[in-house]
Amino acid sequence: MDSNEIKDLQIHAAHVRKMALEAVHAAGAGHPGGSLSVADILTYLYFKEMNVDPKDAKNPDRDRFVLSKGHCSPALYGILAERGFIPKEDIKGFRSIDSYLQGHPDMKKVNGVDMSTGSLGQGISCANGMALAGKLDGKSYRVYTALGDGEIEEGEVWEAAMFAAHYKLDNLTAFLDYNGLQIDGEITKVMNSTPIDKKFEAFNWHVIRIDAHDFNQIEAAVNEAKQTKGKPTLIMAKSVKGKGVSFMEGQAAWHGTAPNDEQYAQAISELDAYIDSLGGDK
Amino acid sequence: MNYKIGESVATRQAYGDALVEYGNDPRIVVMDADLSKSTKTDGFKVTYPDRFINTGIAEGNMMATAAGLSTCGKIVFASSFAMFAAGRAFEQIRNSIGYPHLNVKIGATHAGISVGEDGASHQCLEDIGIMRTIPGMVILNPADAVESNLAVKAAIDYDGPVYLRFGRLAVPTIFDENYKFEIGKGIQLKDGSDVTLIGTGLLVPACTEAAEILAGEGINARVINMATIKPIDKDIIIKAAKETGAIVTAEEHNVIGGLGSAVAEVLVENAPVPMKRVGTQDVFGRSGKPYPLLEMYGLDAKTIAAKAKEAIAMK
Ligand SMILES: Cc1ncc(C[n+]2csc(CCOP(=O)(O)OP(=O)(O)O)c2C)c(N)n1
Ligand SMILES: [Mg+2]
Repeated sequence: MDSNEIKDLQIHAAHVRKMALEAVHAAGAGHPGGSLSVADILTYLYFKEMNVDPKDAKNPDRDRFVLSKGHCSPALYGILAERGFIPKEDIKGFRSIDSYLQGHPDMKKVNGVDMSTGSLGQGISCANGMALAGKLDGKSYRVYTALGDGEIEEGEVWEAAMFAAHYKLDNLTAFLDYNGLQIDGEITKVMNSTPIDKKFEAFNWHVIRIDAHDFNQIEAAVNEAKQTKGKPTLIMAKSVKGKGVSFMEGQAAWHGTAPNDEQYAQAISELDAYIDSLGGDK
Repeated sequence: MNYKIGESVATRQAYGDALVEYGNDPRIVVMDADLSKSTKTDGFKVTYPDRFINTGIAEGNMMATAAGLSTCGKIVFASSFAMFAAGRAFEQIRNSIGYPHLNVKIGATHAGISVGEDGASHQCLEDIGIMRTIPGMVILNPADAVESNLAVKAAIDYDGPVYLRFGRLAVPTIFDENYKFEIGKGIQLKDGSDVTLIGTGLLVPACTEAAEILAGEGINARVINMATIKPIDKDIIIKAAKETGAIVTAEEHNVIGGLGSAVAEVLVENAPVPMKRVGTQDVFGRSGKPYPLLEMYGLDAKTIAAKAKEAIAMK
C-alpha cells in the first residue's frame, strides 16, 4: 500500500472510532475499549479486502465476517455505516428501544451483519460453519472472524480451533484482538491463556503475529493467510484497548463504560485532530 | 420408507433411515458428535460421506457450527443424545440458532427414561421443557418409525429451527404409509366422550391400550397423538376439553415443562377442565431395562387408565 492508501484507511478508521463512540455515548452504554482496538482490523477488511456489496449484502458468493467478540458491535455498526451498509444517522439510535441497532449484532435486523453474536465463544464456530459450507460448495469466498483475548478462555473456542484445523479450513482467517484486557483486568491475571500463539500452533493453525494498528502489517498477514493452504490462520494482532482516545488507552475500566458528555467531547476532538493531521474530512 | 404395522423399530433408527432416504438433497448436511452409531446417522455417513461432519465430542461447537452452515443455505441436522443436545448445548441453540431463527434441525436421540441401562445421566427428561422456552422453536416428538420419517421430511420442508426427539428403544410401528403428518397438528386416533388421553412419543400406544382398559370398565376415552409439542395444537385440545370434560396427558418426560405443561397452559386459558399428567414426577431416572423402568415410573397404560378415572372423578 502506498502512503495515500494508508492515510485513507486511517481516516476511515478514525470515523469508525468516532461512530463507535457516538453510539456508546448516545446509548449511555456499550463497549468502547474493544471497539476501538478492533477498528483498524475492521477498516482493513471492509475497505481493502472483503468482497462485499452494501446493495447486495446477502450475495451467496460474498466474503463473510463474524464478530465473535460481539460486544464490540459499536465498531461493527461504525464500519457498516462508513462502508454504506446502514445510514450514518442511525448510529445514535444504538441500544434504544426504537432502533434496529441492538446491543449485540443481530443478523436479522442489520444489513451487512453476517451472524448474530454476543455470547462469547460461539462466533468462531459459526464462522467455521460458513467456511465449511464454502468448501462443500466449492466456492472461493473467505470467512473472517475477530476474537477477543478474554473470549478465548471459553472452551468452545478450542473446540472450534480443533474443528477448523481438522477440516482444513484454510478459507478461514481469525483475528485475535490481543489487547491484554478483559472485564476484570489483565488477561494474564484473570485467567492466563498465554502463550496463545503456541496453543493455536499446537491446534494445527498457522499463526502470524502483527501490530493491530499497522495497516501494512494487517495487509501482509491477510495475504499470507490467503496463501496458506491446508490450515486456518490466526492473526494474533497486538492491540491497544481504547486505541485512539488518550484517556481510554490501556484502561480496563473503559471496557464497558460510556463516556460522559465532557469525555465524549474530548474523545471526538482528539479523533478530529487526528483526521485533520491526515488532511481528511471530519 | 418401509415399516410394517406392529414391527418394532426405534425412532432413532427411523431418523437415521430418513436422513438416507431424503439425503440426496445437496443442501442437507448431517453433523454428529461422536455418536453416529447410536444416533443412527452412520447410515448417512456411509451414503453421503462428504456431507457428514463429525465434530468430535463437542456439542456446543456443533450447534454453533450448524448455525454458520445454515446461513450459507445448508439444511443441517445436528445430532446427539437429547441430554447433550438440549442440555449441554442449550445456550448455543438459544443464541446461535434460535435467536436468528436459522434452518437447523436438532436430531436428539436417546430421549427419556427408556434409554435404560445407562441410567439417569443419559435419561433426558427435561429437554422438551428446555426447548419449549426458546421462541420460534418447533418441537416434534414422533411416536413410531413412520411418524419419525415423516417428521424428518416435514423438518426439511420447514424453514426454521426444529427439535426432533427420538428414542433408543425399539417401539411398535403403529401407523401405515397412508398416515399424514403435519407440523402443529394433533391426530385423533380414537373418538370418545368421557375423557381424552393425549399422548406423545412412546406413550401413544400406551394411551390406546389405556383406552381399551377403560372401555372394559364402561368408560369411553378419546385418544390423541400429539407429535408436535410446539406449536401445540390448541384447537384439538380445546375441542377435547369441551366434548369430553377431562384430560390426561402422557409423556416420557418430567411432568414439569413438557406436554402436560403445554396442554395445561392451553386448558387454563381457554377451557379449564380436570386434568392429570402422566410423566416422571420431578425425579431423576435410574439404570434398568426399559419396560420395567417405564412401569416403575408410572409411564404405562395402567397408570394412564388410573389417572383418567381420577380426572373423571374431579368433573
Ligand atoms: C459467554 C459470555 N460470557 C460472558 C460475557 C460477558 N462479557 C462481555 S465482554 C467480556 C470480556 C471480553 O473480553 P475480551 O474478549 O478480551 O474482549 P475485548 O477486550 O476485545 O473487549 C465478557 C466477560 C459474554 N458476553 N458472553
Ligand atoms: Mg481483550
